[in-house]
Amino acid sequence: MTGARTATPRKVLSALFVFACALCVGLALVPLAFVLFFVVSQGVQSLNVDFFTHNPRPVGEPGGGMANAIVGTLILTGLAAAMAVPIGILSGVYLSEYRGSRFTSAVRFAADTLNGVPSIVIGVFAYAVAVLPLRHFSTLAGGFALGVMMIPIITRTTEELLLLVPNALREGALALGATRARAVFTVIVPAALPGIITGVVLALARIAGETAPLLFTSFNNRFFSTSLTQPISSITVQVFTYAISPYEDWHRQAWAGALVLVTIVLVCSMAARFAAARVASIRGR
Amino acid sequence: MNPPLVKVRPVRQPQSDIPASPPAGQTETLKIDVEHLSFFYDEKRALEDISIKMQPNMVTAFIGPSGCGKSTFLRTLNRMNDIIPGARVEGRVCVDGQDIYRPGVDVVAVRRKVGMVFQKSNPFPKSIFDNVAYGLRINRLSSNRSELAGRVEESLQQAALWEEVKDRLHESALALSGGQQQRLCIARALAVKPDILLMDEPASALDPIATQRIEELIYQLKAKFTIVIVTHNMQQAARVSDFTAFFWLGRLVEFERTDKMFTAPSEKLTEDYLTGRFG
Repeated sequence: MTGARTATPRKVLSALFVFACALCVGLALVPLAFVLFFVVSQGVQSLNVDFFTHNPRPVGEPGGGMANAIVGTLILTGLAAAMAVPIGILSGVYLSEYRGSRFTSAVRFAADTLNGVPSIVIGVFAYAVAVLPLRHFSTLAGGFALGVMMIPIITRTTEELLLLVPNALREGALALGATRARAVFTVIVPAALPGIITGVVLALARIAGETAPLLFTSFNNRFFSTSLTQPISSITVQVFTYAISPYEDWHRQAWAGALVLVTIVLVCSMAARFAAARVASIRGR
Repeated sequence: MNPPLVKVRPVRQPQSDIPASPPAGQTETLKIDVEHLSFFYDEKRALEDISIKMQPNMVTAFIGPSGCGKSTFLRTLNRMNDIIPGARVEGRVCVDGQDIYRPGVDVVAVRRKVGMVFQKSNPFPKSIFDNVAYGLRINRLSSNRSELAGRVEESLQQAALWEEVKDRLHESALALSGGQQQRLCIARALAVKPDILLMDEPASALDPIATQRIEELIYQLKAKFTIVIVTHNMQQAARVSDFTAFFWLGRLVEFERTDKMFTAPSEKLTEDYLTGRFG
């Protein structure tokens, strides 16, 4: 602080306030640091090549890995994205383009509500819609549950980002003979694209860590499977199963699974940041 | 709408025998013919009973104090006001003899014929080339890539920007200076080959040198286009325009040849405004 020598009450107050802010930031970061520290320190011990290449072994048999669960998580999030990205982005476009109508307000409210629905409830819903008719757990049902969670996040993010695009761009496109839809898809959405990409990946990161919606949709599978109509393993459910078991070896596997999940999410986020920055730099912003 | 503070007499159109020198053969054709146009934002009347006739290849300047309706009027000429909720138009706006507000008119076609340049330059966050090519692409106006490139170059030439950007066509348009961006927006508007170019205070955000370039450009462009320009700058109106329309409180007070308007306005209100007694 420059005011140390001529400390007035105002400067002291300012310094105190800055200190308080810094303290709160520190406090907020402590849990994050601990989580990362434990996940990394515990997980690294059990990580080896087998973990990525082998399926789980029965209790008592040492070794084994989570190859099936890693692939399962990728398939599940992929399915969810395939469902939620188009629906979410188009809904976001609708909400930002047709502001002010009653229907739009209702949709926005519904999206916000859906966003706040506990994930286990979404799992129950997916169970009723996608599991009961087929009479068994399936990858599709799990992807559907995750997709339902993802839609409102992407919808609202897209809407907010589109509203940030200056109206002058829309007028410019209309004045050149663009129809409304054309203006949206050739000028407005591209202008907001870097932000939308980031939003989609954050939504992916969020649902990749979900366990509850998968417990009775995609369930679990001890074997390697890529079938969409069969139950499938996922890192989160596998970690959950291992963590509540009484076996020391499974606990170690659970830590390793947690570490892999965190790493996947981190890599995805960084890739998205990079992609968004590239898109933005091409446009010179 | 408040009653006008000053009694406004019906506007006389400039006499056609005054040598405004429209190109031969086009003396009779009016490019823009507005009759009894009123414009409403919901119940609020923003323009009242405006009639004005504009000849081809002329520059018409709209002047008047802020909020007098000159921008609103400009935007009725290519139906840009359509996107405002609650906007309503009465009267007729004929472009080349066709009423652009009659039912069934293709608004997209109107806007292609009547180009527009905005007060604040609004290049798309795309490359310079893609900005100019935008209108050509969405309207499918070029059949192949070389034709597209040719028309982009031609438009940039017309907007006097080609020499400055020809080596960096694929760089971002947002990296250009303010004056260059505005000329890019002009090039973009010219690319779809409109007949009429509407300019809403195109130089108000530019420095004097960039402003001068835009004004020179307007002078060159009027050989090919009919230009309507809104300006706050009365010197600018005097420099670039053939005709001047003075708006006040949503009414057209006087429409006259620019040299006559600035030397001998027929309305007291115009004279007061031009001499800086209000506004």
